[in-house]
Amino acid sequence: MSAKGSPAIEMRGVDVRFGETDALEAINLTIEQGDYLGIIGPNAGGKTTLLKVMLGLIEPDRGEVRVFGRPPREARGMIGYVPQYARFDTDFPISVAETVGMGRLGRRTRRTSSTRDRELVRQALDTVELSNVADVRVGRLSGGQLQRALIARALAAEPRVLLLDEPTASLDTHIGRSVYGLLDRLSDEIPIVLVSHDIGVISRSVRTIACLNVRLHYHHSRELTPEMVEAAYGCPVDLVAHGVPHRVFESHGDEA
Amino acid sequence: MIGEALSYPFFQRALAAGLLAAVACGIVGTLVVVRRIASISGGLSHSAFGGVGLGYLLGFEPMLGALGFGVLSALGIGVAELRLRQGMDTLIAMVWAIGMALGILFVSLAPGQAPDLLGYLFGNILLVSPGYIGLVAVLDLVIVGTVVVLFQRLRAVAFDEEFAWVIGVPVGALFLLLLTLVALTVVVLIRVVGVILVIALLTIPAAVARHWTDRLSRMMALAVLTGAVSIAAGLFFTFGLSSEFGIDLPTGPSIILLAAVAYGVSAVARSLTGRLRGS
Repeated sequence: MSAKGSPAIEMRGVDVRFGETDALEAINLTIEQGDYLGIIGPNAGGKTTLLKVMLGLIEPDRGEVRVFGRPPREARGMIGYVPQYARFDTDFPISVAETVGMGRLGRRTRRTSSTRDRELVRQALDTVELSNVADVRVGRLSGGQLQRALIARALAAEPRVLLLDEPTASLDTHIGRSVYGLLDRLSDEIPIVLVSHDIGVISRSVRTIACLNVRLHYHHSRELTPEMVEAAYGCPVDLVAHGVPHRVFESHGDEA
Repeated sequence: MIGEALSYPFFQRALAAGLLAAVACGIVGTLVVVRRIASISGGLSHSAFGGVGLGYLLGFEPMLGALGFGVLSALGIGVAELRLRQGMDTLIAMVWAIGMALGILFVSLAPGQAPDLLGYLFGNILLVSPGYIGLVAVLDLVIVGTVVVLFQRLRAVAFDEEFAWVIGVPVGALFLLLLTLVALTVVVLIRVVGVILVIALLTIPAAVARHWTDRLSRMMALAVLTGAVSIAAGLFFTFGLSSEFGIDLPTGPSIILLAAVAYGVSAVARSLTGRLRGS
């Protein structure tokens, strides 16, 4: 519907301040069709804030944000969003299928095809392998199941771009791998941005990597230069010690 | 005793009004309880008392004043929460006390004695008019219609406001709508149990219902049922005590205490049947 040429997400000169603290500074970033970007960075480096600016949940203090050529508020419903924390009340009386069904509520056509809505919810539950708990109250899910339910909810919205905040933080290795397999397949259809503090996990899957610590360090490549990591974390040796595959580093020769 | 009670027109009216009020209180009470803003019902009912006082002072129908104050307070709370990011609990506390203070000031300025003031504070369901029954019926239609049409959206906003916004649901408008429904319900319930006790009638039936279901729609139905039983039981109980033993108890507080007993029985029964949440 929007202009064909518009990139999925475009940020130009975006600053966000929380009181006296700079959360994001001079962010320039374009996400286009075919992108599968992983953003790493330390805690409190602004990763969640960056996603929330894209979503329109946080208004930048300066700079411009466009989602398919429109301001984020007007592009609501085009972005699939998987939040890091389920901040809701675990006692809330709502089932897994009903939670995933929330993904369908953005459509303006309220009741045109509830059968199609149900079908998409069923498919999304199948995709994340949660069909067997569709009628269970969502608060009863384990951490990993809940995260998959939130992914299914985002998918049910038929998003045109997908943003994920630490999507595998509480998943065990097997499920985590299946989620990344799913994201791999999805990334052929829609652009994906995923943020994490865990380089090891992210580097196995994404096509390009950026580092974020208030400022964004991004060279549209899969390579993570020591300079990028140093700028973001200030401590590259520590990261290598966490088991980062060495191939993601361009070179190791210049570690002083 | 039951037959005797039902033969009195005043009792028939009270029962009809009470059962109709239970519909509004069960549906809206459920939304308020799952969203964890139960105290909003107390805040709005006490703010409505300011309108009752203004009615006495200026000589118009006090219930109209209650309606105006209740709805304006609801919208005021909603807008302050959305625009100023002022905490809900603070807003509720302020509206609660300011409404009461205004009501007392207005009543003290009003000429002569304010008749039936206690009725507004603790309810006077035995004195309701046929017009009031019609009013509650219309309110029920509005509430049921709204909730049926917007059920999934209201649930989504109550459950996860951030995601609802992201997906394009008009979160702010639905929040204001919910607060307005609460205000209307609260004003109607003032006749049944009074300003001070309204909060219990919005919360207890929904809490009892929550014991027995994990589905929001069933919770609403069960809350309506629990509210209806509590109100009917309170009416028959006080009527029976009065006619058999000559003991006159106020109906409003009796309804609340019977609902509280229902909550206790329900909580015990639920734990005995192993339906403890999280099990």
